[in-house]
Amino acid sequence: MLEYNVKLSDIIDHCISNAKKKGATDVEVGIVKSTAETVSYRNKKLDESDRAENIGLSITAYINKKKTSVSSTNLKTENLEKLIERCVEAAKITPEDEHNSLPDEKLFFKNSGELDLFDRTHLENNDKIDYLREAEQIAFENPEIVNTNGSSFSEKKTEVLLGNSKGFKNGYKTSNYIAYCEVVSKNNGSMERDYEYTSKRHFEDLLKPSELGSNAAKFAIRKLKPQKIKSGKFDIIFDKRISKSFLNYFSSAISGSSIYRGTSFLKDKLNKKIFSDSINIVDRADIKRGNGSKYFDNEGVKIQNLSLVKNGLLNDYLMDTYYGRKLNIYSNGRSGGTTNLYFENGKQDLNHLMNSNKKIFYVTETIGHGTNIVTGDYSLGAGGIMIENGEFTYPISEVTIAGNLNQMFLKMVLANDLEFNYSTNSPSILIENMTVAGK
Amino acid sequence: MSKILKNSELDISTASSIVSDTLNKCDDGELFLEDSKSESIILDDNQIKSSSYKSDLGYGLRAITGEVVAYSHSSDLSKKSLNESSKNLKSTLSSASGTYNFEIKRTNKKYYSEKDPIEAKNFKSKIEILNKVNDYVRNKNQSVRQVTATLLGEHRAIEILRSGGELLTDDRPLVRFNVSVMLEKNGRKESAVYGVGGRQNYDAYLNEKNWKSVCDEALRIADVNLNSKPAPAGEMQVVLGPGWPAILIHEAIGHGLEGDFNRKKTSAFHDLVGLRVASEGVTIIDDGTLENKRGSLTIDDEGTPTEKTVLIENGILKNFMQDRLNARLMNTRSTGNGRRESYRHVVMPRMRNTIMLNGNHSQEEMIKSVKKGIFAVSFGGGQVDITSGKFVFNCTEAYEIINGKVGSPIKGATLIGDGPSALKEVSMVGNDMMLDPGIGTCGKAGQGVPVGVGQPSLLINKMTVGGTQL
Repeated sequence: MLEYNVKLSDIIDHCISNAKKKGATDVEVGIVKSTAETVSYRNKKLDESDRAENIGLSITAYINKKKTSVSSTNLKTENLEKLIERCVEAAKITPEDEHNSLPDEKLFFKNSGELDLFDRTHLENNDKIDYLREAEQIAFENPEIVNTNGSSFSEKKTEVLLGNSKGFKNGYKTSNYIAYCEVVSKNNGSMERDYEYTSKRHFEDLLKPSELGSNAAKFAIRKLKPQKIKSGKFDIIFDKRISKSFLNYFSSAISGSSIYRGTSFLKDKLNKKIFSDSINIVDRADIKRGNGSKYFDNEGVKIQNLSLVKNGLLNDYLMDTYYGRKLNIYSNGRSGGTTNLYFENGKQDLNHLMNSNKKIFYVTETIGHGTNIVTGDYSLGAGGIMIENGEFTYPISEVTIAGNLNQMFLKMVLANDLEFNYSTNSPSILIENMTVAGK
Repeated sequence: MSKILKNSELDISTASSIVSDTLNKCDDGELFLEDSKSESIILDDNQIKSSSYKSDLGYGLRAITGEVVAYSHSSDLSKKSLNESSKNLKSTLSSASGTYNFEIKRTNKKYYSEKDPIEAKNFKSKIEILNKVNDYVRNKNQSVRQVTATLLGEHRAIEILRSGGELLTDDRPLVRFNVSVMLEKNGRKESAVYGVGGRQNYDAYLNEKNWKSVCDEALRIADVNLNSKPAPAGEMQVVLGPGWPAILIHEAIGHGLEGDFNRKKTSAFHDLVGLRVASEGVTIIDDGTLENKRGSLTIDDEGTPTEKTVLIENGILKNFMQDRLNARLMNTRSTGNGRRESYRHVVMPRMRNTIMLNGNHSQEEMIKSVKKGIFAVSFGGGQVDITSGKFVFNCTEAYEIINGKVGSPIKGATLIGDGPSALKEVSMVGNDMMLDPGIGTCGKAGQGVPVGVGQPSLLINKMTVGGTQL
């Protein structure tokens, strides 16, 4: 049993038994309680402080195959009474769906090793301000950094509890420390912004403030005086900040709902080659201190480690109970999505990829939402740096890059520079011969 | 009389004395109370996939001194919790010494009814309509493979309790009806979404003619895209249709004119007031007073009545959009653009309904004048980098124009431009101004708020189109 709040656990028991009394045949109740303190700092001064106390309870009531949900931030007994009433009454008149049900008992999470997701460290606002002051100070040491969009530090502690009428009840605590620094560079009428960001379960794992500030400054300065290049075909290297987004497109295309509904460019691709042979994609929830780690999914199901892509072949889907039943397979604990999702490292170092052609467009940012998961069509605004003969030469902005994810996936070459900074992580990626629209 | 506090353990005189005590030495601030109810009913894959109801009650206490904002919010509406928030704010602003007391003008105008749309229509009839939509769409076109129809409704009661006991209130209904379809023909799939909404009851948008035209529009766009060819890449002339394509204005100009970025001098527009930022004939306003529109508000989230703010007049930059904090620091007045997603969020200057007014050209004239370019009719989202001014928007229905004639449909593509210069490239402004259908949400710093856009057809001389065909 993990550590959780007894008072909240009693509320869960109360809601389950109350809903059953009112006619529900099955019930699931979840509570998320969090406290967050954020401090923003700008131009050597405190800009904003924000303290948040949130609690939310959600109830899903089943009457056989009928189902409906309610949620509220008000946990007072008389309010819960009204909500449960409303939920059960709505369920009675909701049409049946034969695939509605709680998960199979045998899939419930039971216990596991400690994942070390909670750090008790509490920073007073002044400690947070000190961190941000140092980050900005380092950034402002560069004469081209003239302004800041603000830096922020937040500390969040969260408790998750889940219970259902099949006897599952468990909960755990997590913590998050996030520091962000965004600065503005200026030179002869050109003004640019960029940022650095660090997010960890444990305070001691955060980037040092000096690194945060110097990275933000470095990124904002290298964008100054950008050129708009002529339209053409280019080899593109995607910086790690951007390359991880390909995993987000990939995971939404292999979610149970996209696959079942057929609204995915990866439908019917199971056991087929979608990447080159050397590429593997893994999703695992049990990385110690992992940003995406958790003990069980939104339905209480144990989260299996998945090899989603193995030697370039699509090997698995992301499944919850509902779509699992529709597709006649078991949930693998992905109600709530992926956990720690990553490409395994490639074989070549980044420098080697940078020398693979005379001219390469190194993309450090994209803008817009022009990715179509149904067709795989991809078209985004982009900015970055030109690489000529292996060296960074000049910044590029106001261009677009376009292609189709089916072909882009097959052409991807991965560098060997994977780091675990976010919950979704990728090494740098080279894709040859993409269309860039500019002048 | 506070409706929200009436059912809580906290009485208004206690709340009021805590607020006055907290804000005693501050420039500004308030207690923001919110009681919101929302529902979502989704039909997907021939079945009611989910129905949910959410009630959310809470407060946000804000104190401002100079440029510093201290904020504390909680879903626990009690004296104990509010006292803790107060303590937290006072310790943050221990050296506060402000005096700003810009009175909030009262208004009797209301731009929408107070009624809760969720309760105004029974649950059964909501399910019935979704089932009818599903049947209609599937029967109308044999290539339909998937239909998702969604009803979203909410009612937000807000109260603003100011230092000294002044109480400002607003009740805000909002609904939205969306249909998304996926078609498959000859092995090719395309999808499209269309929807309508605003600050009225569901029934204002759901008579038979209305919901059928929403379905028809989603089907039409998906069908057009089934025959689309790869989009061109490079700089070319672009004709934008009326209505939704005004996302261009929202991204290219709107965000850059929000007070906060200009007060901080991080917007590409901060030093351009009084200067030309668009072609002659381009006038853009931000209007919170349009009846029942999604982006309209009777008062903003600081209590300031909304208005029709002129941003650009005949191409010249006139005003920024302001909340109280940024207005005070820039020596001007709030334009009623202070908004927040909920009591969990701090106020920022945000758009309401951002609209370009009519010119005197016809769409036909624009298309005729284009040798090689694209005609963009329908759009998905957009995004902007306020500091560099670069913005994108994604078209979801577009056609090529060759020698003055509209040709084949082309695949969705991203268009990219530079805010301060894009509207200088506008060479014709149409006479067919239209508002969007009322389903837009704008995101800024993690907060989403409902907004509207509108424009007539436009001819833009030069934009970069992000297709695949060189």
